[in-house]
Amino acid sequence: MDIRDMTALELGRAIRAGSVGVREAAESYFAAIEAHDALYHCYNTVCKDEALARADEVQKGIAEGRFTGALAGVPIGIKDNICTKGIRTTCSSKILENFVPTYDATVMQRLEKAGMVMLGKLNMDEFAMGSTTETSATGITHNPWDPDRIPGGSSGGAAAAVAARLAPVALGSDTGGSIRQPASFCGVSGLKPTYGAVSRYGLVAYASSLDQIGPLGRNTDDCAALFAVIEGKDPMDGTSADHETFSFDAAAAGEIRGKKIGIPADYLGEGIAPEVKQAVLDAAEVYKALGAEVEIFPMPIVKYAIPAYYIIACAEACSNLSRYDGIKYGYSSPNAESLLETYIRSRSEGFGMEVKRRIMLGNFVLSSGYYDAYYNKALKAKRLISKAMDDAFRRYDMLLGPVAPTAAMKIGESLSDPLKMYLGDIYTVMINIAGVPALAVPCGFTSDGLPLGMQLIGKPYAEAEILAAAKAYQSATDFHKKFPTLQ
Amino acid sequence: MEWEIVMGLEVHTELATKTKIFCGCSTEFGGEANTHVCEICSGMPGTLPLLNRRVVEFAIRTGLATHCDITRKNKFDRKNYFYPDLPKAYQISQLYFPICRNGYIPVTGADGAPKKIGIHEIHMEEDAGKLIHDAFTDSTLVDYNRCGVPLLEIVSEPDFRSAAEVIEYLEKLRAILQFTGVSDCKMQEGSLRADVNLSVRPKGQTAFGTRTEMKNLNSFRAIQRAIAYEAERQIELLEDGGEVVQETRRWDDNKGISYAMRSKEDAQDYKYFPEPDLPPIEISEETIERIRASMPELPEQKKRRYTEELGLPEYDTSILTSEMAYVKLFEATVALCDSPKDVANWIMGEVMKLLSATATLPENMPLTPEALAAVINMVRAGKINRGTGKTVLEKAFCDGVDPEQYVAAHNLAQITDLSALRPVLEEVIAANEKSVSEYKAGRTQAMGYIMGQAMRALKGKAPAQEVQKLLHEMLD
Amino acid sequence: MQIDKDLVMYLEKLGRIELSEAQRAATEKDLQDILTYIDTLNELDTDGVEPASHSFPIANVMREDEVTNTARPEAILQNAPNSRDGCFVVPKTVE
Repeated sequence: MDIRDMTALELGRAIRAGSVGVREAAESYFAAIEAHDALYHCYNTVCKDEALARADEVQKGIAEGRFTGALAGVPIGIKDNICTKGIRTTCSSKILENFVPTYDATVMQRLEKAGMVMLGKLNMDEFAMGSTTETSATGITHNPWDPDRIPGGSSGGAAAAVAARLAPVALGSDTGGSIRQPASFCGVSGLKPTYGAVSRYGLVAYASSLDQIGPLGRNTDDCAALFAVIEGKDPMDGTSADHETFSFDAAAAGEIRGKKIGIPADYLGEGIAPEVKQAVLDAAEVYKALGAEVEIFPMPIVKYAIPAYYIIACAEACSNLSRYDGIKYGYSSPNAESLLETYIRSRSEGFGMEVKRRIMLGNFVLSSGYYDAYYNKALKAKRLISKAMDDAFRRYDMLLGPVAPTAAMKIGESLSDPLKMYLGDIYTVMINIAGVPALAVPCGFTSDGLPLGMQLIGKPYAEAEILAAAKAYQSATDFHKKFPTLQ
Repeated sequence: MEWEIVMGLEVHTELATKTKIFCGCSTEFGGEANTHVCEICSGMPGTLPLLNRRVVEFAIRTGLATHCDITRKNKFDRKNYFYPDLPKAYQISQLYFPICRNGYIPVTGADGAPKKIGIHEIHMEEDAGKLIHDAFTDSTLVDYNRCGVPLLEIVSEPDFRSAAEVIEYLEKLRAILQFTGVSDCKMQEGSLRADVNLSVRPKGQTAFGTRTEMKNLNSFRAIQRAIAYEAERQIELLEDGGEVVQETRRWDDNKGISYAMRSKEDAQDYKYFPEPDLPPIEISEETIERIRASMPELPEQKKRRYTEELGLPEYDTSILTSEMAYVKLFEATVALCDSPKDVANWIMGEVMKLLSATATLPENMPLTPEALAAVINMVRAGKINRGTGKTVLEKAFCDGVDPEQYVAAHNLAQITDLSALRPVLEEVIAANEKSVSEYKAGRTQAMGYIMGQAMRALKGKAPAQEVQKLLHEMLD
Repeated sequence: MQIDKDLVMYLEKLGRIELSEAQRAATEKDLQDILTYIDTLNELDTDGVEPASHSFPIANVMREDEVTNTARPEAILQNAPNSRDGCFVVPKTVE
């Protein structure tokens, strides 16, 4: 079996059994990256030298019994907004084009302990703002299923790399759908964990109250194994939660019988492509056949999620991105004479248009005179959304719905109309506002052969439960086993 | 027309914690630029703040000492503005739910009657970095060592009517902060800073006039002068038919004037919003009671105890409790030599004289309790006389000498062996025949001169009483 | 909410960015579209609802007052576009 055809867990087993070397595994991925990434542009930075040196070290560590975990020796790609000590971390922005962190994000320390080997840094929408990866300053990532289409975003590089088998697994981040939507567009699995389940320390902030790091993989077991490595309380992140340890075994058991699944009617309403809707309804039938109860129920608050999301996310973003000023790190305009010019020119030349738009929107909703009508109103909506979610979870064990209204768009289709792009987030942003976990998994293909995805939404810290439900689905279907043919 | 001055104070105090408010960097003053700095306090991408538990405890102590209500559910907010001394481009502060509200500090009002100055709120926040102008290249250097040092901002009500009230309030507030261990309140190091909001109005009018805010007030004297200057400026302006402009003014203590920094028109929009990176801080009744029970003694409590337990007069207790440095020296010295009144006298006399002669602030007290106790013990035991004691104390104060070693090395101890006196006195008698014969002839005043010569010959090291007694024996 | 060019320019100023005239015109339209959509939030009845700033009831996360960091000025200045004498350098700040 080709190394790149193995799932991360299969590869981990082969490495531990000694049938595949750690260096050999990394090298086979670098060979593929060299062959294909010029076209797909999943990676902003490829760290071959570092990875091969690390591979030898891990191999030795495995032999000495220092690395015993399921993913020891397995390569991984990292979204380029997660700080990696000594390795450029750009957020796909010109303003951080030369930024080299002096520290590792907490998740990187966890991967290090687990003996994983980083292949490189993955492309994304600039500062994770966007859902197409077209706002990247380093160039567009192409969807492996159709290079004329976008991979989704903002973790487009991560999803495309996993789909194209240019990485067995990847870490992305999800603020309003940024793991789930590209996972869905690229036909892979991706988990947005509960807010606070994974440390944000070292994740370059977009919207602090919504951001979460999460795994992308070829199936739910790979996601579960990687989640088990990165989750857990971190003293460096005050918002990380001290909750019960995640059980990989419970997730891998794949039990669904007797569970109650709710589908919000408002997730199947106006704007959804018929093929997407049908794929979700077909999945509901699969669940019924597996012994679950499925019911459609009204959730009218859904329509307010996008306005609330864009207000909260942009407000936090405009504050979080004010630190990029040309003084401490990153791009500094050579055309500035005064302090004010340093600020304005560095930021105007360093940020792309989508980032500027969100900074301006954020400044608007926070500015005096508008705070109550917009920002505070959105925080009230947030409470109502959380409450609606609580109510739903009193009736159902989990929720099921589409990830995005359509399959992947053609490159260039979304950028001209930002509002239209924002509306595409309708099924994902509510989950971030409520803070609950959600998992995207492949659930079909369009007539054009593009992957479609669905998401399972769980109670707080119920990652194992939705992973198990998706595992049950993947045991009964083979959408997740299809690979695109690379060009 | 008679004018009334109305003032409110915003006091910032740096807390005496070991580390910064949101990271494990030292708060130590000084040090090479950017050496007390990490990724968190320099605002590196991806970093997150983590609240220092002691900052909350210090804020509660201050609130309890100033009779405030303690907010049970605290949140932090971001105050957003661009300036190079603020690396995140926002200051983490508290706007919506400050930790303390609604307190007061008592002062003496104009008519001598007691008066309460209201405290509107106390909130926790972080300090900014330091900008150093580099004249050589005409650019500015940025040092983040102070960035993230914890601050309390103590905001008063506009209850002040005179500079005297302001100074009394500040002295009391400073004593509270020092006594509770919350801050060392060193004004020159910027650990206590006061901004004065001032307006004037015709006496009897209830509406407030337009106020200005004065910054850069680095000493109590500067505060007094700036208040006098600003009140006069506003009154003159109004009497000439002009209007006061709401603005921030910077005090120049060298020139004795203030000038406008920025007016309200270009006031910044700080876009405050709740800090998403810090979870709320909930303060329970038990926490408050635990902190109350473990509070160090406040000045008023110390005064009472000094009177009741140590028998000191009120005058002494007031002076001793006016500065934490006096209290520390006093209590530690009393513990070593068990003579409260003597210790009080030495501190109020010689020690304060030396502080003022050497222009040393009490908080920089060079004298150790051990040295002071040694001097007092030697004087009390008659080993040295009071005059020698003062000399030795000065040496200990200025040069850090060990009093006992110094007395021994310079042979300053009193002659206690009386047999050693006789030969010296015999020489004195022999050398002053004229006075001796006058004395013997009945001119008793001559004894004074002979005594003086004897003490001189003894270099003051013998007890005068004994010398006189011996002289009488030898001459009468 | 009606957006006009002055408001766009004010928002540029608040965010320390400067748009070209063409970008400014496009932004005026985009922000107008977005805010018109956002205004649908006004249909949601939020009377008496407490604003929610955090998702979950995590509270009282604090660290002990212990020094954990050592001096690393080279690391802190490593990414600075302009530094001298252990400091970041900016154009003269005027009082």
